[in-house]
Amino acid sequence: MNKIVFGLILGGVLGIFDGLTAYFTPEVRAALVGIVIGSTVKGIIAGVLIGWFARKVNSLALGIAFGLGVGLLLAFGVASMQPGPNHFYFQIMLPGGIVGLIVGYATQKYQSASAPARA
Amino acid sequence: MSWLSDEAVARLRHSANEPDLSGTPYRFAGALGRGGMGAVFLVEDSRLARRVAMKVLDLPDRSGDLEARLLREARVLAQIEHPGIVPVHDVGSLADGRVFYTMKYVEGRRLDEWAGSAASLAERLRLFEKICEPVAFAHSRGVLHRDLKPPNVMVGPFGEVLVMDWGVAKIIRATTGAQVASTQFPDAAAPPSASDSKSGAGDTAHGSVLGTPGFMAPEQARGEVAQLDSRADIYSLGAILKFLAAPAAGEKTPRRLAAIITKAMAQDAQSRYASAQELASDVAGYLDGLPIIAYPEGFFGRAGRLIARNRAAVVLVLAYLVMRIVLILWRPR
Repeated sequence: MNKIVFGLILGGVLGIFDGLTAYFTPEVRAALVGIVIGSTVKGIIAGVLIGWFARKVNSLALGIAFGLGVGLLLAFGVASMQPGPNHFYFQIMLPGGIVGLIVGYATQKYQSASAPARA
Repeated sequence: MSWLSDEAVARLRHSANEPDLSGTPYRFAGALGRGGMGAVFLVEDSRLARRVAMKVLDLPDRSGDLEARLLREARVLAQIEHPGIVPVHDVGSLADGRVFYTMKYVEGRRLDEWAGSAASLAERLRLFEKICEPVAFAHSRGVLHRDLKPPNVMVGPFGEVLVMDWGVAKIIRATTGAQVASTQFPDAAAPPSASDSKSGAGDTAHGSVLGTPGFMAPEQARGEVAQLDSRADIYSLGAILKFLAAPAAGEKTPRRLAAIITKAMAQDAQSRYASAQELASDVAGYLDGLPIIAYPEGFFGRAGRLIARNRAAVVLVLAYLVMRIVLILWRPR
């Protein structure tokens, strides 16, 4: 499995989990399925971008920074598309940023089977 | 009667210590050291214009035993070709009849000197893994070193490792290559030491003690020559590991690492690692935070090791979960 596929899977799984937490917010519970789908797509896009970056740049610090940046940017896009006066920037961008950070860290640490290395 | 000056006496003494290299393609370049039966010199091979180390017998040898031992050492070395074992280039006799062999001149530091430098524990343990490789290879060829200790390991400028001084090596099982040595010198042999001066060139008598205290397996110290196998070298490797892992003042050797040392240096040979590879593998496992043979662990031990190994990932996931819980509980009004 290469870093892009790894990022895609991890981003997708974290996206699903991230979306499911909307269940605990009664105001948006009715739109849970749409939120989970959107969150998963967002996670997959972030994972692919971060995985691609990890394949090009071998730096834990830069990988984490890139992951954080991508996570925040995509979450900002989702938040700004929210209907109504409240865009929930904080509630959407904070977890989005942390998810990006986790994927950035994981893709840098992950070694594909063809290139084993010691930590 | 005239007396020689001190300077002349010193010059004569110096000349007497130098090997007579006339008739050989070698030129004297310096003295490197002196061992139990021979001296090692730095010489220049004029044919290939390179420096090599020359080991020369420097004790009276009327019986020919020592000569046979030196030749045997050269043959054993020639049979175990490995990047971690110093290669033999040539063997022959000097003009005065003394036997010599030449080998690669190793530039570097002895392990005990290297370990005193600022190398971290991880660097020292990675180097230890490299020491295990040539020893494991020699074992696979049926050869025991029997005198593994830090001064017998050289560390090159690029971190390469060479296991030196196979003078007391023992052939426990003749392989195709080692057959040459064992055919000529049928039994396990070693160079003489104070304790085995009665043994013959090709035979280390049962009861003879060869090796270095502190690095020698108990069965070796008891002189149980016939019972020695690769686990005697495993003990010595364990002693080297203990030396390399020696904690600084006020620190303690990590438990898992201490368990590896204890297993390698078990008094009972059966309780030690079965091979040098197994020992190296446990050290690598310790460094990589993987399970090791020497330290069986339960659920909590395994969980603790996994957390320690993936500390950053665990912190990130925990941060995410905490943030999620806070966001679920926090409701902006």
